[in-house]
Amino acid sequence: MGLLSKKSQAVLNDPLMNNNPITLQVLGICSALAVTVKMDTALVMTLAVVAVLSVSNTVIAMLRNLIPSKVRIIVQLAVIASLVILTDQVLQAYMYDISKQLSVFVGLIITNCIVMGRAEAFAMQNGPWRSFLDGLGNGLGYGIILIAVSFFRELLGRGTVFGIQVIPDSFYAAGYENMGLMVLSSGAFIILGLIVWVQRIAAKIEEE
Amino acid sequence: MHSNAYTLTFTSIMTIILGFLLSMAATALKDQQDLNIETDIKKNILHSLNFAPSEENPWTPETVQAIFDDYISGIVVNNNGEIIVGKKPEDINPDVDGNLHPVYINTMSGKIDGYAIPISGKGLWSTLYGYFAVEADGATAKGITFYKHGETPGLGGEVEKSWFRNNFKGKRFIDSSGELIGIQAIKGTVDESSSEAYHQVDGLSGATMTAKGLNSFLLQDLKTYEPFFQQIRSRKGT
Repeated sequence: MGLLSKKSQAVLNDPLMNNNPITLQVLGICSALAVTVKMDTALVMTLAVVAVLSVSNTVIAMLRNLIPSKVRIIVQLAVIASLVILTDQVLQAYMYDISKQLSVFVGLIITNCIVMGRAEAFAMQNGPWRSFLDGLGNGLGYGIILIAVSFFRELLGRGTVFGIQVIPDSFYAAGYENMGLMVLSSGAFIILGLIVWVQRIAAKIEEE
Repeated sequence: MHSNAYTLTFTSIMTIILGFLLSMAATALKDQQDLNIETDIKKNILHSLNFAPSEENPWTPETVQAIFDDYISGIVVNNNGEIIVGKKPEDINPDVDGNLHPVYINTMSGKIDGYAIPISGKGLWSTLYGYFAVEADGATAKGITFYKHGETPGLGGEVEKSWFRNNFKGKRFIDSSGELIGIQAIKGTVDESSSEAYHQVDGLSGATMTAKGLNSFLLQDLKTYEPFFQQIRSRKGT
């Protein structure tokens, strides 16, 4: 990535792995449980969060010197809420079936701690380009986990990947059954817990 | 530190810009969204009448529209079951036409092959909306669908699943003396040897209240249409 400086690369890459918003900062868990039953909803949710997060970070970074500090949280929230409503409207217009399945969770991106957290912690102190990368990185970091969780949930719970059957019929004939637990939220908790565990071992993170 | 005047000006300008953007977007996208909602309702009517998309013929807004236009005709009936000539379901204004009810008729095979009526009512947490389809005999269920509800996924939310909906096919909502009895989702599974099995379907485990609500609003909606279906039955002699 010759395009980006070392610092910019770190801003983009860190949240993907070493400082992942879901598995390490443990933010955005609510929606990670709710929209991961199927991979297509998880993917659309990822795109929605990436779009909102990178644009909100950029906008807030551009306005950071103009925003009066007394009302900065409200201003951030106004920007984020507008972008979320815009995303929701676009989904309702062009991806109606998926937007129906995501129902309130698109609207709830407003309350996703990752979005507010990045605006307050990063975009208020950094320039638009770097903030954009930070938003992109955090959005993708969130998305990777969402897609990983939904992959296991859909595979084990329904025997499909992106709606295409991958467990052959002969398995079912031989007595294999889909795991009903994976379709429920508790299944997402278990998968997420395992992912956090594996990742902490891989990243050699020790709790004090 | 910014002055109060600056803060006020800044927030006002922000509000105006964001408000303008959002109202622009909402207006620009409205037509497409309305089309989606309309298509979704039509899809549900088709589903309840046992139409299904296939590999060669997937459901897109255009094909749904085409199937609907070709095979489904909408009529309006009043509380006495009389057909209001010249009125279409989309002409009904729910605010003033409380005694007018839409019926969607499947005429695919050239003769009447089923009637779909809208159903709605309270479950446990939410109001459920859907369609209930009746065979041409005016006494047997052909299908049921739900397009909107807020019941618990995995429990009451199972109403929208095909295993539950398929239970309704072939059940009769009229008893042997010709009285309306409705269709009841019971606790547990139906004992097929029971004399009551003809109007019972397997219940939803963990969702007694959703099933209770469904039983009562389905009966209520069937009551509304009973004069209409009664005429059909007396004409057919069933």
